[in-house]
Amino acid sequence: MATQSSRKAARAMLSPTVILLLVWMIVPLAMTLWFSLQRYNLLYPDRTGFNDFGNYTRFVLSPAFGGAVVNTLVLVVGVLAITVILGILIALLIDQPIWGQGIVRILVISPFFIMPPVAALIWKNMFMNPTNGLFAEAAKFIGLSPYDFLGNAPLASIILIVAWQWLPFATLILLTALQSLSSEELEAAEMDGAGPVSRFWYIMLPHLARAITVVVLIQTIFLLGIFGEILVTTNGGPGTSSTTLPYLIYKEALLDFDVGTAAAGGVVAVILANIVAFFLMRAIGKNLDA
Amino acid sequence: MARHVTTQRRAINSAAAWTVALMLFFPILWTVLTSFKPEAQAVASPPIFLGFDWTLQNYVDVNEQRDYFRYFVNSVIIALGSTALGLVLAIPAAWSMAFVPGRKTKDLLMWMLSTKMMPAVGVLVPIYLLFKTLGLLDTRIGLVVVLTLMNLPIIVWMLYTYFKEIPGEILEAARMDGATLKSEILYVLTPMAVPGIASTVLLNIILAWNEAFWTINLTVTDAAPLTKFISGFSSPQGLFYAKLSAASTMAIAPILIMGWFSQKQLVRGLTFGAVK
Amino acid sequence: MGKITLHQVRKSFGEVDVIPGIDLTIEDGEFVVFVGPSGCGKSTLLRLIAGLEDTTAGTMQIDGREATHLPPAQRGLAMVFQSYALYPHMTVRKNIAFPLKMAGMTAAEQEAKVQHAAKILNLTNYLDRRPGQLSGGQRQRVAIGRAIVREPAAFLFDEPLSNLDAALRVTMRQEISELHQSLKTTMIYVTHDQVEAMTMADKIVVLNAGRVEQVGSPLDLYHSPRNLFVAGFIGSPKMNLITGAEAAKYNCTTLGVRPEHIRVGEGPWQGVVGLSEHLGSDSFIKVEVDGIGTINVRASGEIGVHHGDPIKLSPDMDKLHRFDGEGLALK
Repeated sequence: MATQSSRKAARAMLSPTVILLLVWMIVPLAMTLWFSLQRYNLLYPDRTGFNDFGNYTRFVLSPAFGGAVVNTLVLVVGVLAITVILGILIALLIDQPIWGQGIVRILVISPFFIMPPVAALIWKNMFMNPTNGLFAEAAKFIGLSPYDFLGNAPLASIILIVAWQWLPFATLILLTALQSLSSEELEAAEMDGAGPVSRFWYIMLPHLARAITVVVLIQTIFLLGIFGEILVTTNGGPGTSSTTLPYLIYKEALLDFDVGTAAAGGVVAVILANIVAFFLMRAIGKNLDA
Repeated sequence: MARHVTTQRRAINSAAAWTVALMLFFPILWTVLTSFKPEAQAVASPPIFLGFDWTLQNYVDVNEQRDYFRYFVNSVIIALGSTALGLVLAIPAAWSMAFVPGRKTKDLLMWMLSTKMMPAVGVLVPIYLLFKTLGLLDTRIGLVVVLTLMNLPIIVWMLYTYFKEIPGEILEAARMDGATLKSEILYVLTPMAVPGIASTVLLNIILAWNEAFWTINLTVTDAAPLTKFISGFSSPQGLFYAKLSAASTMAIAPILIMGWFSQKQLVRGLTFGAVK
Repeated sequence: MGKITLHQVRKSFGEVDVIPGIDLTIEDGEFVVFVGPSGCGKSTLLRLIAGLEDTTAGTMQIDGREATHLPPAQRGLAMVFQSYALYPHMTVRKNIAFPLKMAGMTAAEQEAKVQHAAKILNLTNYLDRRPGQLSGGQRQRVAIGRAIVREPAAFLFDEPLSNLDAALRVTMRQEISELHQSLKTTMIYVTHDQVEAMTMADKIVVLNAGRVEQVGSPLDLYHSPRNLFVAGFIGSPKMNLITGAEAAKYNCTTLGVRPEHIRVGEGPWQGVVGLSEHLGSDSFIKVEVDGIGTINVRASGEIGVHHGDPIKLSPDMDKLHRFDGEGLALK
C-alpha cells in the first residue's frame, strides 16, 4: 500500500490535475488583477498605462454597482428561501406513501436538467409574455389585465425562473436525506407523545440540518454566477433593475469592451464571493463534515 | 413508514403530490406539446392544450434551417470532450488520493473544491483575451479545456468517493500477483469502478451540456453549442413559438432523459459526496 | 529455496515505532506462525516481508537474494489476504490465471496451471463462477489457488480463517496443513488464535508490541515459556499466575501453573468451588483458594463438583513455572 514506489507513483498521477488547477486558479486571477490596474479598453487600444485604483473607484462608485450587488444578494437569498422551504415541503410530500412515487420524482426533478437559456425562453415567451403568454391568457380568462412580468418585476421574475430550475435540486437532496431517517426514530417519538409538527421540528429538521447546509452552500456557489437566464430574458433591464454583479461585469467586458473596469469588477466579485463563502462556511461549518 | 396506511390517506397524498409534480413539469410539457403544433395554433388565444393538429413540420424546419445540426454536434463534442479529458486527468488523481493518502490529502480535496467556488466572471476578462490572442476563441478545443477545468473538481471528488469504496486489499493482491501500476488500474480498478465512472460521466455530460456562461461568451458560430443557439432567440420574431419549441425540445431531450436515470449520481456528485 | 532472513528490520509510522527491530530466520519449507494479540505488529511484519510496506530500517533476504527494496511482484512470494481479495468481476478461472497473465504466459500454459491448481483444491467444478456465487470456504480456496499457481518461494497467509465459521475453520485449518505437507513450500501464517498456531506451526513467533517475545516449536513454547507474556498467551485455558506469599514460597515473584497440571483431591491448596463448566469430556472449575485467589482447574469429566463445594487441589510439582520480577522465566 504505502510504499515508496507507490507514493512516487501517486505523486506523479496527482500532479497533472493539481498543476492544471493551480494554473487555472492563479494565472487568470493574476491577469485580472493586472488588468484591473490598467487603463485598457478594446475600443481605444492606444489609451494605455497604469490607472492605479481608478478602475476600482469607477466601478464601485458607478450607479450600477450598488444596485448590482443588491440585486445579486436579493436573487441569491430569494432563490435560496424559495428552494429550501418549498424543497422541504415537497420532499415531505413525496416521502409519504403515494402511488407512482417514481414518476412523481422524475417529474419533479426535470426542471433541473433544462439548460438555462431554454428555461428562460420557455418562461419568457410561453408564460410571461404579456401579449400571448399563458399567464396573460389566464388573467384574461379571469377578467384581469395581463401583467408584464419581465417588464414590471424583472428581478422577481428571474428569481421565479431560477427557483423553478433549482427547486428540484433542493428537493432531491432533501428527499434523499429524509429517506435516510430511520422510521424507528419517528415511531419512538410518536410513542413519546409527539404530534406531527413536533416530530417534524424536533426530529426531522435536525436530521435534515446537514442536507440543508449542503444545499445552501452548493446553491450559493452556483447562484452567484447566474448568467444565462438574465441574458436571455431581460439583459439586465429594464435599465439596470435586474442587473446582477456577474452580468454587470459581463457587460463591461464584452459589450462595452472596457477590460480595465471589467477586470476590477471581476476582482470585486471574487472578493465578495470569498466573503460569502467564508461566512457561509463559518456559520454552518459545524454541520458539514468533509 | 412500515405501517398500514389507509387508502384514503394515500389517495389524498397522491393527489397533492401529483398536482405539485405536474405543476413543476408543466412548462416542459407545454413546450413539448407546442413543438407539435402548427405555428398559427401555437399562439392561439385562448391556448389550445391537446386538441390541435399534430405535426412534425416544426422539427423538419428546424433541422433544415440554421445549421441546427452543427450546434447539436458542437454540444455533443464539447460535452463528451470535456468529460473524456476530465476522466484522463481525474482517474489517476482520484486513485492516488484514495489509495495512497497522505497527510495533505484532505486539504488537497478541499482546495480543489474551492477552485470551483471562484466566480467565473472573475476570470472572464483574462480568459477571453487569452483565447483571443491564442486564437482559441470560437474553437471547440478551447471550450473543452475551459469546461474540463471548471468541472474537474467535481469529477475528482466523485471518483474519489467511488474509489474509496473499493477494498484496497484487492489492489494489493494485484500487486502481489505481479501487476504493474498500469495493469493494476487497467485490469482491476477500472472494471470494478465502472459503475462509479459511468455515474461520473453522466453527471459531467449533463453539466457540460447545460453550461451557459463560457459556452455563450467564448463562441461566435463555429464552436457554438446549443446554449448559444437558443440564447440567440431571446427576442423571438412573432410566429416562431412552435419552431422554437421544437428546437428547445431537441436541445433538452437528451439531457432530460439522462437526468432521469442519474438521480442518485446527481446527489452524490453535486454535494461532493457529502450526501449519499 | 524459500529461506527468508530479517536483520534488524524496523518499521515506524511517523513517530510511532510499530516494530522496533526484529531479527528472524525462516528456514526453507518451514510453517511459521506469527501470533500475538491485536495490534502487536504481526500483520505489519507480514506486509513488510511481502513488500506492501517499506521497511524504515534493516535488511531482508529472500532465497539468498537481497530483497529489502524489491517491489512485491519481484519477491517471488504469494499472499492470501484475510478478506481473500478476489477480483469480483473475474471468474474463478480468470482469478487464478491473473498472476500467470501478468507473468506473460500463453493462454495454453495458463489453462494448464489453472487446471492443476483447481484439481488440488477441488475447484474444478467452479471455474466458471464468479466470487459472488461462492461460499466462504470456496472463496478461500480460490485465493489459495491464485497463490499456488505462482509457485512462490513462500506463501504468506494473513489471518485467512477469521472470516469463517467455527466448523469451517477447523476443516480449512487441516486443509492448509495438508497443503503444506504436499507442497513442502515455506509458509508464513499470521493469526491471533493460539489454537491455530499450536496445531499448524513448525515454529511459532510470539509477538507483542512489535517485539519478538519468543521463537520456538509449539511444544517448546508450551513447556518452556520464556516470560510471563508467552506463558499467559499459549495454552487454553490460560496458565494460572500466582503472586504474593505463595509465589515467595517457591522463590519467585510469579508462580505459574497450567489448569491441566492441577490435580483434584488431597493437596496443599484448599478452597471453595466457584463456577464450574462441565463439557462431558472435561470439566473446567474455578476455585477460590485460601490465601491465593482464583485458580482455574481442568479436571476429567467424571468430577462431580458444584458451586460452593469445598475442594482440595495439588499442583504438579514438575510442571511449575517460576518468573522473576521482570517477568522472565527462572530456571
